[in-house]
Amino acid sequence: MNKPFDPVSASAAHRIQREESAGYDRRVIDYIHHAAASGLYEIRGLGAKRHLPSFDDLVFLAGSASRYPLEGYRERCTTKTVLGTRFAKKPVELDIPITFAGMSFGSLSARVKQALGRAATALGTSTTTGDGGMTQEERESSKTLVYQCLPSRYGFNPDDVRRADAIELVIGQGAKPGGGGMLLGQKVNPRVAKMRTLPEGIDQRSACRHPDWTGPDDLVIKLNELREITDWQIPIYVKIGATRVYHDVKLAVHAGADVVVVDGMQGGTAATQTVFIENVGIPTLAALRQAVEALEEMDMRGKVQLVISGGIRTGADVAKALAMGADAVSVGQGALIAMGCNHDSWFGDGVAHSAESDYAVLGTAPGFCHHCHTGRCPVGITTQDALLEQRLEPAVAAKRLKNYFKTMNMELTTIARACGKSNVHNLEREDLVALTIEAAAMANLPLAGTNWIPGA
Amino acid sequence: MESVMLDRSPATTRTFDLEGGSTRELNQFLHTDLAASGVRRVEVLNPKGAHSIAVGVNHPVEIDVQGHGGYYLGGMNKHASITVHGNVGWGVAENMMSGMVRVKGFASESAGATGHGGLLVIEGNASLRCGISMKGIDIVVGGGVGNYSAFMAQAGRLVVCGDAGDALGDSLYEAVLYVRGRIKSLGADAREEPMGAADIAGVGDLLRRAGLAYDPAEFKRVASARQLYHWNADANQEY
Repeated sequence: MNKPFDPVSASAAHRIQREESAGYDRRVIDYIHHAAASGLYEIRGLGAKRHLPSFDDLVFLAGSASRYPLEGYRERCTTKTVLGTRFAKKPVELDIPITFAGMSFGSLSARVKQALGRAATALGTSTTTGDGGMTQEERESSKTLVYQCLPSRYGFNPDDVRRADAIELVIGQGAKPGGGGMLLGQKVNPRVAKMRTLPEGIDQRSACRHPDWTGPDDLVIKLNELREITDWQIPIYVKIGATRVYHDVKLAVHAGADVVVVDGMQGGTAATQTVFIENVGIPTLAALRQAVEALEEMDMRGKVQLVISGGIRTGADVAKALAMGADAVSVGQGALIAMGCNHDSWFGDGVAHSAESDYAVLGTAPGFCHHCHTGRCPVGITTQDALLEQRLEPAVAAKRLKNYFKTMNMELTTIARACGKSNVHNLEREDLVALTIEAAAMANLPLAGTNWIPGA
Repeated sequence: MESVMLDRSPATTRTFDLEGGSTRELNQFLHTDLAASGVRRVEVLNPKGAHSIAVGVNHPVEIDVQGHGGYYLGGMNKHASITVHGNVGWGVAENMMSGMVRVKGFASESAGATGHGGLLVIEGNASLRCGISMKGIDIVVGGGVGNYSAFMAQAGRLVVCGDAGDALGDSLYEAVLYVRGRIKSLGADAREEPMGAADIAGVGDLLRRAGLAYDPAEFKRVASARQLYHWNADANQEY
């Protein structure tokens, strides 16, 4: 005989449990499954995906009764930016304070490097080599090219030093401060291998420390050597991954840097261990504030220029960075996205071709892809594959980059004018307030609507 | 290329005394005025451990440094033949492309680091990390080398006539190392291999050019076992 229907216990028996654990959420479960299956940490591209205090947590106080704004369409607002005024006889002069970040030939195709150079030249800004040497394509297409000197010294040579417009000595990178570069075997094709003096197809793991200097006292001597080789003509930048920024900036200035580049933890990468990307370094917002404080304490604001990078995506981000004290910003991941990274299509012969099935082969989809490390970029950007790289047309990519940077620059001047500045470099901390206590504390700015600066 | 006869007459020799002058003047001359000057030999007096002596030279010239040099002597050299009549600090001939650097005394750390070409001869001992990340340079050390020498060395040859310290050739790529004396320990992925006829001939040639009269057959060959070229073979590239 059937039991009488009991709505209370029936509901309990048939309920499907959907309460997700905070500690063991789907992300952590997937991580453990992957680790158990492979016995190897995950390596991926892109930067930190976790939520971090950022420039989004700041807003501007524009002109009002006590400050008057400039006319958005009539009154001039200059964006000219000069980097390297301390020692270099030929500082880098840029039309806009937005530059292209260092990204290697190897992680990117030669066609992408060429597109970056073309766009930079058209925009009157600079582009930067990476951990793989300087390609002919990028030198020829770039009016202003910054040449990186990295721990690996892959492809580093005096001829390219002599034809560089600035040298950037790289101590660290925001995505992995304390870690060396990585390029998995799929991307070490014959040309990449030859430029790096490596066997083809190996999983390349670069050194994380420079081979010929250790510590700040040696750095003084190393920078002097680079200056001697370049006859004190061009600026020497020092790039650090954001960790102990306050001290590192002081040491870089002490060592004789013309320009300090600080890369926060939102900075991108083409291949790094996820555990590194998400757990090492500090957010760009916090790094910028510490860098500016270090320069101010040394009375070096305006004498040593500060470039900030790591998650600069919009004109608002640029404006906030400048207001906090940066002289310029560098954009890497945003530039790749402008060229089509994570787009559902690639463009060839004026026609859009769906890339969705290629994303699916990688186990991902447009909007979620971080598979730069595989070399199988569905839109032909982070690849060394002869067929895939054809999916990026340098002229089209350069145009998209130019549009993106011009948009950011217009947004920057829009905000600057609203704040009453005829020069974007006149944006100041007083123009900013924070929306969250965390951002207020990190940026040393008042919480909006109060005079409270946590920790001040 | 090192056997080219050089005109040593006073008319073609230029002397820089670093006692009253500066490394800057020396390097500026080497970079700009040297090529059209007719100078074939440069003599550097009283270096007294100064850093960055004769860096970035891009011209065939004979340079004699009469004393001790500091860091990066002959750094990024191309074409020049530099002789140091003394000891040198860190990074002698770092990233050298071609030409020759000879140190009559001892060399400190990272001698010949990341060098792409040319010949570096250290007649005495070399300290830690000699030949680190070398990319094609040939290095001959008359004495011994310190720990971690040829770390991540990518290409080129390192010949050590004395002993080698700990972790020789750690994470080697395609560079080949030859050691006549005792090797305290080999680094990860480095292994001893038999000397072949080509090794004997190559070491013999390098010793001859370095002016060292050892028998090439006395040397041991160390090269990469190539077990670290890929992340983890057991994981079947599942990353």
